Amino acid sequence: MKIEKQATSGQLDFTFSRRAVFVGGVQAAIGLTVAARMSYIAVADNEKYELLAESNRVNLTIIPPRRGWFVDRYGKPIATNRADFRVDIIPDRLVRKDETVRTLAELLTLSTDDVDRIHRELKNAQGFQPVQVAAGLDYERFAAVSVRLPDLPGVTPRQGYSRFYPSGAAVGHLIGYVGTVSAEEYQRSKKPLLITPGFKVGKDGLEKTLEDRLQGEPGAKRTEVTARGKIIRDLATRPDIPGKPVQLTIDIDLHNYAARRLGLESGSVVVFDCLTGDILTMASMPCYDPNSFSDGIGRVEWKMLNGDDHIPMLNKALQGLYPPGSTLKPVAGLAMLRQGIDPDETVVCNGGYRLGNRVFKCLGRHGAVNMRTAIMKSCNTYFYAMGRRIGYDNIAPVGRELGLGQEFSLPFPSQRYGTVPDSAWKMRKYDQKWTESDTLNAVIGQGYIIASPFQLAVMAARISSGLHVQPEILLKKRVAPKPLSFPTEHLDVVRDGMNLVVNGAGTAVRSKLQLENITMAGKTGTAQVRRIAGAQRGQSGAWKYRDHGLFVCFAPVAAPRYAASVVIEHGMGGARAAAPIAKDVLTFLYDRAQAMASLEALEAGWGGNIAQRMAAKYATFQGQPAAPPPLDPTI
Amino acid sequence: MNGIVPAPIAALPWRVIFILMALVGFGATVLYSAAGGHLEPWAGKHVLRFIALLVLAIAMSRMPQGFWKSITFPLYLLLLLLLVVVELMGFVGGGSQRWINLGFITLQPSELMKPAMVLAAAWFFDRLPPNRIYGIEAIWPLVLILILPSAMVIIQPDFDAAIAYAFGLGVVGFMAGLPLIYFIGAGAALAVVAPLVYFFGMKAYQQDRVLIFLNPENDPLGAGYHITQSKIAIGSGGIFGKGFGNGTQSYLDYLPEGHTDFVFATMAEEWGIVGGFFILFLYFMLMRWGLNVAVQSKTRYGKLVAAGLTCTIFFYIMINLLMVVGLAPVAGIPLPFVSHGGSSMLTMMLCVGIIMSIERHPGSKHGQFQ
Repeated sequence: MKIEKQATSGQLDFTFSRRAVFVGGVQAAIGLTVAARMSYIAVADNEKYELLAESNRVNLTIIPPRRGWFVDRYGKPIATNRADFRVDIIPDRLVRKDETVRTLAELLTLSTDDVDRIHRELKNAQGFQPVQVAAGLDYERFAAVSVRLPDLPGVTPRQGYSRFYPSGAAVGHLIGYVGTVSAEEYQRSKKPLLITPGFKVGKDGLEKTLEDRLQGEPGAKRTEVTARGKIIRDLATRPDIPGKPVQLTIDIDLHNYAARRLGLESGSVVVFDCLTGDILTMASMPCYDPNSFSDGIGRVEWKMLNGDDHIPMLNKALQGLYPPGSTLKPVAGLAMLRQGIDPDETVVCNGGYRLGNRVFKCLGRHGAVNMRTAIMKSCNTYFYAMGRRIGYDNIAPVGRELGLGQEFSLPFPSQRYGTVPDSAWKMRKYDQKWTESDTLNAVIGQGYIIASPFQLAVMAARISSGLHVQPEILLKKRVAPKPLSFPTEHLDVVRDGMNLVVNGAGTAVRSKLQLENITMAGKTGTAQVRRIAGAQRGQSGAWKYRDHGLFVCFAPVAAPRYAASVVIEHGMGGARAAAPIAKDVLTFLYDRAQAMASLEALEAGWGGNIAQRMAAKYATFQGQPAAPPPLDPTI
Repeated sequence: MNGIVPAPIAALPWRVIFILMALVGFGATVLYSAAGGHLEPWAGKHVLRFIALLVLAIAMSRMPQGFWKSITFPLYLLLLLLLVVVELMGFVGGGSQRWINLGFITLQPSELMKPAMVLAAAWFFDRLPPNRIYGIEAIWPLVLILILPSAMVIIQPDFDAAIAYAFGLGVVGFMAGLPLIYFIGAGAALAVVAPLVYFFGMKAYQQDRVLIFLNPENDPLGAGYHITQSKIAIGSGGIFGKGFGNGTQSYLDYLPEGHTDFVFATMAEEWGIVGGFFILFLYFMLMRWGLNVAVQSKTRYGKLVAAGLTCTIFFYIMINLLMVVGLAPVAGIPLPFVSHGGSSMLTMMLCVGIIMSIERHPGSKHGQFQ
């Protein structure tokens, strides 16, 4: 075997030549492999890799869109965007870190907390991702940094936008406020816009429900960056598309006036255009300042808001529910007329009404009263007697037709719609039969019935105009409202009674409008908070046990145009607390100077306007230890 | 010899010089662009270095074949000694060191050993009587020649160099006519040993390289980054490339080592597969020239040296290109004549110089009596 394989030099030369050809072939094969692989990457996968190269090269910075404005029915701004000066640091361009931060702290009067935060964020920062030094700066401090820029490489002063509500606390409940996106909201959609610095979304009120319309389209700034994050140059920038403005039916001057006029009280004012259903005013005070939320609320301020027994976080116009008290008497009157009761039929009031062995009290001894005088004097006896005659199941549908217990399709995050009781409702809810004493309580607006100030204003608007108006907050062309099912004669009786309340010998004569040719009609109401103990009658004692004061009204009496409700929590009486406010608010519609004079005199006694009082309150509140605020104030 | 060109110039091996000039010139163009349109720091040096080494190679081509044969063994021993010196210096200096700084040039003995290994193997087969080619006498000296320097570089640790030695030696042995069964057997053994080496012989970073090669997307920001970015550069270049000076991957530093190991990706981004095919064509011409010289040589030593050195150059090309297109693990091996870097250029030009010498002196049928 081995002998046969003896090789000679010639054989080896031959082997060499053969194997050289083989080696050449292998080389060519490997060359072709590389060529094929390269072609595959560069031709078949070209698009994929081009995209990857582009996403390597280009860094996209989102420009948050400017939020759409809120304007009132005359185009006056309610919520706008204020130029917001901020200073950021681009970590990649920073040269002398400690020195720069020290200079900035001096120029911007930063707290040690802020300086610590900046150092911490700079340590974790990614090259070109800006670190915020300060936002919401005034122009002077912003300019102080701007002029020093040549000495501060890496510092970039920027102009952004933040939400601004010129009316401050007056529009807090109406408009809501904006804030940074919460972690859950980001988890839901994962849009990178949501976590862009400076981007805010609506957190409450109309800001929240109209978010889609207000948000707008973000712009994008494209920059070419190296692998280490160094910016080479700016590429094309796409500007943001601002959100669409929203025009409300609100008359912002009237609204602001109403909010100021509420003064130290806890309550609400709702004013309607009673011919169209446009909401002219929906003030609820006290309220937080939405500007505070927009900038990020402080811990002390948050604690102050939450600790207040006047509940500044609650929109009382829509979410406050109260027994309507005597303001419901016109409703009962309409029901009685429908059941055929003659408005001139009299009932003798001897200070009460006996049902079985129980006496239901009236507030006075009114003698013989017909329907008009019963409304004027707010005589309970008349309504006890007549209400018992027709039964409450005949009154409840009238109340519902006038808006009580109803929910309206409005873009507010929540409305509470209360209760209009009847026998079926009581059976359903308590499994009990409706009793005559239930009727007597309900007919004067006590007992089971509760309504929101907003519903009371709808009721006033519908009675005054005779139209089935639908409340609306967004200004737009609408079909004319249909008339109510009541004949004009019936409505006129009730309106007459309401006119006498203010302009006759009624309960609110002191709140008569001091205007020529324009008169107001209304109805007072006083709602018990708890069962009356002894002779106290809810007119004194602790604030939270005092009676609520209510007033519904419309003007002018001759041709009703405006309807309103005023509800003052624990105001002790409609005539005393609510009617004077309604008088001033309606006066403002016709004679601003007179209304303002009245308000300024009052504000002098209260310690200034809303903003001044809140600032003073905040100042006294400070110094007390405060708990940290939760991240989302709506929780 | 038509009188216009002086005879000594006309006698130069112009074919290979043109091929090299094209490669180096194209490489310099790519390096110029990678530096953002500047000769500094790479392109200018690249060309100057090539010119100096080309002069050296031409000088080497004047040496007769016998000269190379006579210095082969002393050269091998000298480099082995230098490897030991480097290892000791590294030991004293407290770290792995691969080069000796002579002041005007840094010598990397493990690099120079690659052509020396081919010379040594050819020298050995030249001395081996043809009828002993099947015996054990043909094997153990080869193993010895391989083991000694390999052991020195493996403790550095530099696996890439050890593999290059084995490759050079294997090619020479194959061309010399060793029985095919050896190579088939070695291939089978490798299949068995490779996993063992992977698990017990490699350091963690070397294991990573292999793993990441198998699946680069697993670690896009770590060690897989090189391969991913290289593929992005080649893939985004398309057929005609983005144009000279428009490569963003290298210009914006996304492609690491864009001027050395991954210069092919830098090129492909700007010149597309057209540029890639051009380089492949030039390499094809270079390989054809080298193997032709080997076949034309009359002596066994000349044949084996020319073929072995050609394959050494090929080894660099193959490993680098397969790595850059994502078909081989990341290894620190530059692309001959295109990548920036002195050590590899020196090795390549030494190889070329010796092949040129063999082209010029093909020798007679019985070379040892020339």
